[in-house]
Amino acid sequence: MTAVPRSDGWEKVTGRARYAVDAVLPNMAHAAVVRSERAHARITSIDRAEAEAAPGVIAVVTADDLGHLVRRFGHIVPDHAILADGKVRYYGEPVTVVVAETPHQAADAAELVWVEYEDLPALTDAATALASDVFIHEQSYAEPGQEFLGVAPAASADNVAHRAELVWGDAEAALASAATVVETTAAFPIVYGYAMETYNALADWQPGALHVVSTAQHPLMVRNELARMFSLPLAAVRVEVPYIGGGYGSKSYTKLEPLAAAASWASGRPVKVTTDVEAAMYTTRADGALVTVRTGFDADARICARDIDIRFDTGAYADNSPLVLTKSINRSFGPYRMPNLRVRGVAAYTNTSPASSYRGFGAPQAALAGELNMDMAADRLGIDPVELRRRNLLAPGDTIIEGKRPLDADLVADLDAIVAALDRPAPTHAHAPAHVADSASAADPASAPTAVPVRDAAPQPGTLRGRAVAVTASDAGASPISTAQVRMHADGSVTLLVSSTEMGQGSRTALAQIAALELCVPIEAVAVGQSDTRFTPFEWTTGASRTTTVVGLAVQAACADLWDNLRARAADSVGVPVEDVRVSNGLIHAGNGALTSAEVIRRWFGADAGEVVGVGVIRRDGATAVLPPFWEIGAVGVEVSVDEATGEVTVEHLVTVGDVGCAVNPHLVKGQDLGAATQGLGIALWEEMIYDGEQLANPNLVEYRVPRLRDTPRRITSVLAERGDGAGPYGAKGAGEGALNPVPAAVAAAVGRAVGVWPTELPLTPPRVWELLQQAKQ
Amino acid sequence: MTSPAATSTVIRARVNGRDVEMLVPVRLTVADLLRERLGLTGTKVSCEMQVCGACTVLMDGDPISSCTALACDLDGAEVLTVEGLARGRDLHPVQEAFMAANALQCGFCTPGFIMMAVALLDACPDAGPEEIREWMDGNLCRCTGYAPIETAVTLAASRLAAAAVEDGQ
Repeated sequence: MTAVPRSDGWEKVTGRARYAVDAVLPNMAHAAVVRSERAHARITSIDRAEAEAAPGVIAVVTADDLGHLVRRFGHIVPDHAILADGKVRYYGEPVTVVVAETPHQAADAAELVWVEYEDLPALTDAATALASDVFIHEQSYAEPGQEFLGVAPAASADNVAHRAELVWGDAEAALASAATVVETTAAFPIVYGYAMETYNALADWQPGALHVVSTAQHPLMVRNELARMFSLPLAAVRVEVPYIGGGYGSKSYTKLEPLAAAASWASGRPVKVTTDVEAAMYTTRADGALVTVRTGFDADARICARDIDIRFDTGAYADNSPLVLTKSINRSFGPYRMPNLRVRGVAAYTNTSPASSYRGFGAPQAALAGELNMDMAADRLGIDPVELRRRNLLAPGDTIIEGKRPLDADLVADLDAIVAALDRPAPTHAHAPAHVADSASAADPASAPTAVPVRDAAPQPGTLRGRAVAVTASDAGASPISTAQVRMHADGSVTLLVSSTEMGQGSRTALAQIAALELCVPIEAVAVGQSDTRFTPFEWTTGASRTTTVVGLAVQAACADLWDNLRARAADSVGVPVEDVRVSNGLIHAGNGALTSAEVIRRWFGADAGEVVGVGVIRRDGATAVLPPFWEIGAVGVEVSVDEATGEVTVEHLVTVGDVGCAVNPHLVKGQDLGAATQGLGIALWEEMIYDGEQLANPNLVEYRVPRLRDTPRRITSVLAERGDGAGPYGAKGAGEGALNPVPAAVAAAVGRAVGVWPTELPLTPPRVWELLQQAKQ
Repeated sequence: MTSPAATSTVIRARVNGRDVEMLVPVRLTVADLLRERLGLTGTKVSCEMQVCGACTVLMDGDPISSCTALACDLDGAEVLTVEGLARGRDLHPVQEAFMAANALQCGFCTPGFIMMAVALLDACPDAGPEEIREWMDGNLCRCTGYAPIETAVTLAASRLAAAAVEDGQ
């Protein structure tokens, strides 16, 4: 479709865009959080007298001060203490919150809170935790009937946050009789999403009402938790989410909101809680994983079985990790024909920062071992790794998991597009401004690729080259529950109300495009505002790459409802039966004349006034009756070079295929693909939260290194595959996570091919690659 | 006890062309002065360690990390923030280029990148790819993958050069 400019461009280049961190309320106070200095300990005393006497201090709040408030939150497992209640479970856990007139006064007073601890054994990795008889949580949080999307809290109190499996056929027997069995074990690092706007929340409690402005991706989910915490009706809790400074899943579900709300309730003031990067790393990170894959092949190199073990390091609180684990299992065996399967997953509690959702949601963790395994198998079988995949990939319409939506993508065509792009010589023009002069996307086969920027691609002496592809399919889209409202005004312009949060993905632009197209109005005539649970309608989440597909369908339905309402009013005004009113080319034909939408509204109200509203609801029905709403495809190729002297890896060429059915806005899709792939490169090459003791060793952006501008691939090819095969508007499927999922695996395989030794852990920092180079010499 | 915040000093500075005279605590950062005292929330704070560049503003024409610069050191200085770039309704060419090249997503890093690009093109109007990569490497973006940002700065450089030719410079 059309690459219209982002609707938020002006606000964002002028500094006028409002984020939660910019929010201010009258008489606002500021909080500083006293955080645990132990990984696992009982709290024996908290001395706050000095802090309470410090200048500007309004309140010093501990768990004991929370009165009748529900003290724990967690949408799957209600295990998460708002403030540590008798015990701390990780270094950095909130213990006390100090509320003062200014941020400086709060920070100064926080230094004067004295917490005494009695140490407990610290279980800082999953293997240790699962083997230990020391329990991080001494109780089960299961309550009868309690579950979230079929996932219930564990009934036993051990260090297992969640356990799940997916089995069909007889994998053990099939592996025993397979012609070839290839086993791969790979460690996926603990990573931090680093959204540049760190978590923050502003809460204003008043009797019978709570107002929160925060960085929440899912305001309606946060509303649920706050309503439960304060025993308030849902309608009494208002969660407002302005622009979000990056999300990537790391701002899913509830983070600082309960802490800010408790501080406001305790102090009687609106209270703002912010985090620096260190505190943000103590708020949420992604699950680390150790994954073992055993694949059996028959004599024709066709997969006969896979047996997969997934072990997550989930940290001190479950948050969304039980769901991430179940998704990781669904996404672990690849989009391959699979006669026999056994996947077993366990998410272990550890005394580290709590893990939750992050872009890809379990897929990158599992794909690392799974796709590396395919490359290792190809070598063992003496087959080209692309050919091995081609031989085993599922075809459009095939079943991936029984009872779920059949595959809605052509993976072999995607793979062919990657190979074609990798084989194509680099364009001779250096530094093409491809994001300005973007070429249009063709239909199937995948569109002509766009290459940016091109720099020296010739092999250098002292470097080794490797190339790899990787493919993933994720059950994406989350629960298809979405509501959209379109309000058409007396001049025919439209206000679109949705609770999707705009975190950079461009949802306001893409959804406005859909509304404009459906209502035959120019894009400039559609206004989309921020999500605000007091005014905008229900939305499940903004995640799982769902917005264009699921919310897009809700917008289409709302527009259809609006047309119905316009037809009814036209019939009423003109005095004809509604069945005789037709709509074509944006005009309403009633009786002998044709009216514009605006004319219908003005005529019916008898004034240059009024508005007509359309409501669209999506649930598990119609196009979204079968889950998932779509399979999100990740299909990438990389070519890397490895400096033999230093072990430094350079990405020479990155190829992404955005298999999105229909790119409602090609610029936005390409932006998502490159952004997601770049985060994948970060995980592959640099990013890792290091726990070499009780305390996070690198809690800052100096030591936790994310991709920088000069790390970008020398050549980037972004292909869009638009085959109209999605359930969303115009055949659209989601983008956003897909291009991250296979990247860590592809880089690992490419480095393995360059060096001659398969990596077993990420990130592939120069010291690790240098070790691989030494192994290769032996 | 005596709070360190009790120590304050008066500064006189010019921020986006506006004269300000304020009593500021000596530990107040430039970013906090801009955001909390002057309401200029376009300047963003992220890493607080001079790694991410989100808080970049120009002090007497030079780019600084306002998260780690002290407000008291602004005495006598001229400060330019993202809010001071546009002339009325007319955007600065760098701002226009960021919009044209789709060089932003969440937008949180955008003011810092724009200020760094303005500093680069002020200092080095004929900046080529290597200068652009070197100057912009001190700013982090987590959304875009950087290529569109490189494109935007390249575009701004060429537009500024074309405008300079038109002006007969």
